[in-house]
Amino acid sequence: MKLKTDELRMLDGKEGLVRQKAMELLVKYGDALGAAEFVDVDNVFILSGLFSYTDVFKYPIDIDSIASEYFLDSQEKLMVDNVKAFTTNHLFTIDLANGHADLVKAPKILQDLIAATQHYCKRIGISVTGTCTPYQCGNTPVFGEHVAWVESSAISYANAVLGARTNIEGLESSFSSALTGKTPLWGFHLKENRRGTTLVQVDEKAISLDTVMDYELMGCHVGRTIGTEIPIYPCGKHHPNADMLKGLCATGASCGGIEMYHMVGVTPEAHSLEEATGGLSPKQAIQYGTRERRECYERLNNSSKDLVDVVTIGCPHYSIRQMAQLARLLEGKKVNENTLLLVYTARSIETVAARSGYAEAIEAAGAHIVVDSCPINIYFPTSSVVATDAAKITYYMTGLRGYENVWYGSMLDCVDAAITGQWRGELR
Amino acid sequence: MKSIALQGRPVAPGEAKGEALVTTEAISWCGGVDPMTGIVTELGHSLKGQNVKGKVLVFTTGKGSSAFSHAAHVCRVAGCQPAAILVKEVNPQIALATTVMHIPAVTELNQDPTQVIDTGDTVAVDGYSGVVTITKRS
Repeated sequence: MKLKTDELRMLDGKEGLVRQKAMELLVKYGDALGAAEFVDVDNVFILSGLFSYTDVFKYPIDIDSIASEYFLDSQEKLMVDNVKAFTTNHLFTIDLANGHADLVKAPKILQDLIAATQHYCKRIGISVTGTCTPYQCGNTPVFGEHVAWVESSAISYANAVLGARTNIEGLESSFSSALTGKTPLWGFHLKENRRGTTLVQVDEKAISLDTVMDYELMGCHVGRTIGTEIPIYPCGKHHPNADMLKGLCATGASCGGIEMYHMVGVTPEAHSLEEATGGLSPKQAIQYGTRERRECYERLNNSSKDLVDVVTIGCPHYSIRQMAQLARLLEGKKVNENTLLLVYTARSIETVAARSGYAEAIEAAGAHIVVDSCPINIYFPTSSVVATDAAKITYYMTGLRGYENVWYGSMLDCVDAAITGQWRGELR
Repeated sequence: MKSIALQGRPVAPGEAKGEALVTTEAISWCGGVDPMTGIVTELGHSLKGQNVKGKVLVFTTGKGSSAFSHAAHVCRVAGCQPAAILVKEVNPQIALATTVMHIPAVTELNQDPTQVIDTGDTVAVDGYSGVVTITKRS
């Protein structure tokens, strides 16, 4: 890689050992990608507290040693002072407040690890948003801004919906970008790699795109079919809202590898089909109709048991609009005594939900509003029957957590399951 | 014994030799591989139940969660990482994961490694020069 003066300064250790290690990692990473140079970033989203593999950690917890190894790939213990770029963080794995860690049976070591990580983030100058949806909580990049983000659903949202530019960063690369203000100029940072390659032809007579679930199922099919290509979606009869595009981002990325897409007349690099394709012919066209929709729905439903133990909703984190919808659905209702209803959102959204009376309605029904965490971070026996309104969660609930019985449906289906204790969802 | 040499672009430095484990699919480390054992767990994946530990893992590219590199990192700390990686295409997940696993990796080979190499072949990977030497099992 060709390095500029300020980058060489950091690499040579003139700004201390921490930034030297961070630059070393970024240079290795940039070389591995085949990048020619770095670009400056002053907007970083890191995975500070996402510890999915608790078994690897042992007492005593020394957060600086853990951060050195897992955030910076350094076996030598490094004392990080301050991040250089504006940096917000992803969730903290579990919610330490309101007894929620015990409610989801989180291991003790994980709780201690998270407490230490929270102090660490505050100490090194991270803006602690604790969410997978920074764009809902005060970190919204502008069109054309180069950023270094983690979280496949948020990366897709930043690239496609906001027109910001980021690759799919990982824990170590994003942390190094936070410390140095640099990321490799590669991939989606370059305009030529952002043009749409695949036309999605929606059977508009049969398919109506009206709900978050409609968008999730479409994203699921397209992700599974085209992997990492860049799809161009048509705009449905009704202009989508942010929650619908958030769902499209999450499933396109998790069912495939879509980190950039266009929607003609909706997303900022697709005022026209010609702009979306960069004036070139698309490589291919794929169909999306009722058959594809049903196939995805059936694939996402992996349970044979109707009695539901846990309903876990809010992936990506519910927006304030979704909290309002949920409050209306739960008004005057009671969650079944054999079922747990867990609702995931960001702390800042919970604050607005409380102020607006939504939190009161949700909690009065017996549901739990969980912050700093994610619907997959529940630690019940894997024979438990789980229901969710997020296609992404079904994937990780089975693959990462090993749950054998997972139902997928709409927010309404999930609320019904929580109230009746039974899964009665179907594709409508 | 039949030996084939391929030339590619080095992704991560180092030299390693081992038995090949080959798939024509992409791999997701976070959720698709158990990093504490190295066993592939993804439902419906052609490698499900196979162990990547110590193998020269040959696949198309990385997919899935941005926690890919973290899962790969944990895999290395647990001692269950592959010996080397050969991919058709590098993406950020692969670039970062091979960096933090401290294993050699090569891409953009002059022949498709998922077609030329079979599971069980012995493969030597030179992550400095990009030379990959395959000794067929039979």
